[in-house]
Amino acid sequence: MERTISLDLRHTDLGYEGRVVLHDVNLSIQSGEIVCLLGPNGVGKTTLFKTILGFIKPIAGSIVINGRNIAQFSLKDFARLVAYVPQVHHSPFPYKVRDVVLFGRTVHLGLFASPGQKDRDIANSFLELLEIRHLAERSFSELSGGERQMVIIARALTQESRFIILDEPTSNLDYGNQVRVIRKIKELRKQSVGILMATHSPDHAFMIGSKVVVMDKGLLYRYGTPEATLTEETLKQIYGVDVHVFDSPQNGTSPRKICAPVMDL
Amino acid sequence: MKGLSLILICLLILSLVSLFSIGIGRYPVSPGALFSWLSTGYCSDDNLPVILFNIRLPRLIGAIAAGGALAMSGAAYQGMFRNPMVSPDILGVSSGAGFGASLAILLSLPVAGIQLFSFAGGITAVLIAVSISKTIGRSHDSVLVLVLSGIIISSLFGALLSILKYIADPDDKLPAITYWLMGSLANIRMNDLGVILPVLLVGSIPLMLVSWRLNVLSFGEDEARSLGVHTGWMRVIIILCATLVTACIISVSGIIGWVGLIVPHFARFIAGPNHRLLLPTSFLFGGIFMLVVDDIARSLVSVEIPIGIITAILGAPFFIYFLKRSAKKSW
Repeated sequence: MERTISLDLRHTDLGYEGRVVLHDVNLSIQSGEIVCLLGPNGVGKTTLFKTILGFIKPIAGSIVINGRNIAQFSLKDFARLVAYVPQVHHSPFPYKVRDVVLFGRTVHLGLFASPGQKDRDIANSFLELLEIRHLAERSFSELSGGERQMVIIARALTQESRFIILDEPTSNLDYGNQVRVIRKIKELRKQSVGILMATHSPDHAFMIGSKVVVMDKGLLYRYGTPEATLTEETLKQIYGVDVHVFDSPQNGTSPRKICAPVMDL
Repeated sequence: MKGLSLILICLLILSLVSLFSIGIGRYPVSPGALFSWLSTGYCSDDNLPVILFNIRLPRLIGAIAAGGALAMSGAAYQGMFRNPMVSPDILGVSSGAGFGASLAILLSLPVAGIQLFSFAGGITAVLIAVSISKTIGRSHDSVLVLVLSGIIISSLFGALLSILKYIADPDDKLPAITYWLMGSLANIRMNDLGVILPVLLVGSIPLMLVSWRLNVLSFGEDEARSLGVHTGWMRVIIILCATLVTACIISVSGIIGWVGLIVPHFARFIAGPNHRLLLPTSFLFGGIFMLVVDDIARSLVSVEIPIGIITAILGAPFFIYFLKRSAKKSW
């Protein structure tokens, strides 16, 4: 078992060219835990992700992995620590699923090398873990949204980094695929990677049952377990709609909360 | 191994087309005479070795090099720009080269001078386009800014070229400029190959070496970075190499359009999108295509047809076919 490491944002101001989007962000993610990020549209989730991934620099404060500022990491060292799963998108070229997953091995290859048998074995093992081995020879661009999302998650796992940032992994997926993707993400806790994932559905946070960060008006508003953070009051405040949160009837082995928006006012 | 057998098949086709092409031309070279000369070293016709070595062979090798280089650069650019509609002259190399060559023709420079000016013009145009995109900065979509900078520079050099044509002597210089701009492989000699082939090698090897990373880059800029690919350096390497080989080829052949756009499509259709196989396949397909086109240019009518005209006439229906196909599935 690998030693637990942490990704920390310390008093970080985030934004673009002097325009601060998020103030004084303090956040810590341990490898082996899942943190769900919730907040209304435009609150700065993408800015937060881009900053953590090093695409934009923090305006103030620092982002630290394992005690070291991310600004000091080379691109390669950083990619070995943090992987990125963007929203489902289209590829202009018909790469095979097997190749797309192998892209994750790039950071472990020499500058001019291409993947070998060992890399293919690692890619296959994660295709199997996510139960998409049968898609390996299919063209990525022919897959459904849910399958594509699974392939990109497999790619991130193949990267063998310690943290994975998922940007709304369930956006544009049908209901069944949303549940399937969330189930798989929940299982990934066993892989001892730290996961930070944005979602628009409080139910997803309840289903995963890990930590929750709620963002509102340029601040990290709340942090804690889903039950403690995603209360009816909080949901009303950040989304501006009335929502009932109640215990679900018998549901598998573990009871959890579910959300139901109030329809008749 | 699918990749290796594909390459071998392409090499076989290329050899057959080469053998066929070397016999085509004003001076008849029968396969029998060619074979007996190659096998015995004895030739009944004294002109045959001279024609083959000084004219046919350089032209044959030049055609393969030109088609191959343009197609391979096109494939690399399409991957880097993540757009299958991109051709190697997207950053202005052709317009720059056209301007340089026309200037040299106007100044009555010898052939070497025209080649040098054309090469320098092509490189300069691309450098200016890249510098413009740098000054516009990182806040925009960098690929889009690069493409737009290329369009600006192409149009600027196009205008400068028009000025040269306007002031050129219409009896003597203007036809020379016009003919150069239509492209021809007729004037390639052995000493040209001594320059082209080394440059081609220097430009192709880095492209082949970064071909896996080019796959990753062709999937998305931010994703490639998060996968550990230094996207800025990749762009420098690809633009530098593609521009080097394209400018070098144009400097001896004039402007040959369409090859760098269509051949990579065809190669991708056969070899798949993985650039490790796509780049060499594009090169070989480009070579075969250009040989066939040059055969048509030499033999269709009694006067030689400029090669750029034939690539365009052949290219248009090809491209329509691929567009139609792309409506059904992705590239």
